[in-house]
Amino acid sequence: MSGLRVINPGARATVQDSGRRGYRRHGLSAGGALDIHSFSWANKLLDNPANSACVELLLGGFEAEAETDMVVAVAGAATRVRVNGQPQNGWQTVQLSQGDRFAVDPTRSGRITYIATPGGFDTATWFGSRSVVVREQIEGIEAIQKGDILSPVHATSRYQPRRVPERFRGHYSDRMTLRLVPAAQYSQFNQDDLLRLTTSTYRVSNHSDRMGFRLEGPALERVPTGIISEGIAVGSVQVPGDGKPIVLLNDCQTIGGYPKPGTLGALDAGQLAQRLPGQELEICFANVADIQNERVVFHRFFSESCWHSDGYSLSWR
Amino acid sequence: MKISAVSEDSVLVTFADAINDTLPRRIALLCNRIEAERNDWLVDLVPSYTTLLVIYDPVRIDFRRVEAYLTRSLGMPREPDPESASPDPTDQTSHDIPVYYSPESGPDLEWIARENNLSIDDVINHHTRRTYTVYAIGFAPGFAFMGEVDPAIATPRKGTPRSRVPAGSVGIANQQTAVYPKASPGGWQLIGNSPITLFDPTNLSLLNVGDVVRFHAVSRERFLELGGEL
Repeated sequence: MSGLRVINPGARATVQDSGRRGYRRHGLSAGGALDIHSFSWANKLLDNPANSACVELLLGGFEAEAETDMVVAVAGAATRVRVNGQPQNGWQTVQLSQGDRFAVDPTRSGRITYIATPGGFDTATWFGSRSVVVREQIEGIEAIQKGDILSPVHATSRYQPRRVPERFRGHYSDRMTLRLVPAAQYSQFNQDDLLRLTTSTYRVSNHSDRMGFRLEGPALERVPTGIISEGIAVGSVQVPGDGKPIVLLNDCQTIGGYPKPGTLGALDAGQLAQRLPGQELEICFANVADIQNERVVFHRFFSESCWHSDGYSLSWR
Repeated sequence: MKISAVSEDSVLVTFADAINDTLPRRIALLCNRIEAERNDWLVDLVPSYTTLLVIYDPVRIDFRRVEAYLTRSLGMPREPDPESASPDPTDQTSHDIPVYYSPESGPDLEWIARENNLSIDDVINHHTRRTYTVYAIGFAPGFAFMGEVDPAIATPRKGTPRSRVPAGSVGIANQQTAVYPKASPGGWQLIGNSPITLFDPTNLSLLNVGDVVRFHAVSRERFLELGGEL
């Protein structure tokens, strides 16, 4: 098989799909694309099934050579890509000819960029998924290295050029509000601490990766003591003894004993994952039914909308 | 028994407020029952000491319906009364794990003996005498938290964790015991090493929540024969 031959993976590049199902009781993380919004758009540009594996780039700076005529789609933080040095915009399909040098510029705002290809990238499947969890150090499940060949599931040399409509693109320099569904220990938190959590400004810390994002800001003062370890939902906000919240993301451990006031939905977790250290955010609580409705509408949009022949607009079926 | 929403795609079933060694079995049975029904909305199950986290696809089902489903599942076939109905021992998976207990494979063995006024043989006897229940899997793939360790040898974690604990290390942390499936940082007190594989990508975790485990001592020679490494 031929495809993209990686010249420089950038800060970190991994293959991700929607993650693993049914393996957490063995202690395996969920894995999967951190930002389902831009991940879904990268696949939508090529009419891929929703779970198709993309390359997830951290901070851009990726470079590869096309070994064959092929097409890719880019969505997320990168606003600029290059083909043989010639700049093109992000959030669109990119046509490559054999021998072309394809590069994703380092990102200036936002953290994560997805590269999709027709049918997804055809990499090894482990635990029912192509998602890579580097933290587990399982032989064969590794980050993308220089020299790797990333091949599409469907060899498609030409594709209709498409762009994501402006209004659907992500803007990651915006200040955001994390909406938490109250979790099992919500009522064990002190009222003053909950007020502090929802009226303070927090900042994304330097200690942020696929496992979790630490938030800098006013520490909670009367954190409930540790709980009996229980299963952790992706998006959980846990508060250890130092009172500083940590948002757990896709590669987090499966169980844990820190108390959790609430949990982010996948869409908000994705928006958070796009934020860079120092960016400010606020926290509020939300109703589980509202967050679920939003998720359902998001899903329906991607499964039921179709591209028009202009390659720039969509309508619902 | 309490069912509460935890996120847009999960609910937590809490069986009790305190750890007890009959819970893992009940939680494992509920897990198996839910899995057997092959619900298309089911994404994952995470059993732990006193809880079961049920992760679902919010596009296929909402919180209220999952809650109703779980209430029904929990209420349906009453758990067999441990007093009257004799539990079938054959449907509970048990494991007998060989361990080479020695200062060379368990660098904290001497310290635990000294700390508890015991001989090294006493520590080994205390560890091998009991039957343990798997309470939870976590920390790393295949890492099983087991209890309860005899109070005579229950020892807190090390003040400073080791940066590298070798694969197969058998450790104690308070009243829990575990075997490290692979080399990793860790703070448990190490008393020996087991040559068995606790996790591999094909067979997944050897130990599951609700299983029962015993340890038996093997000689250095037998340990090496079984593939153990020092």
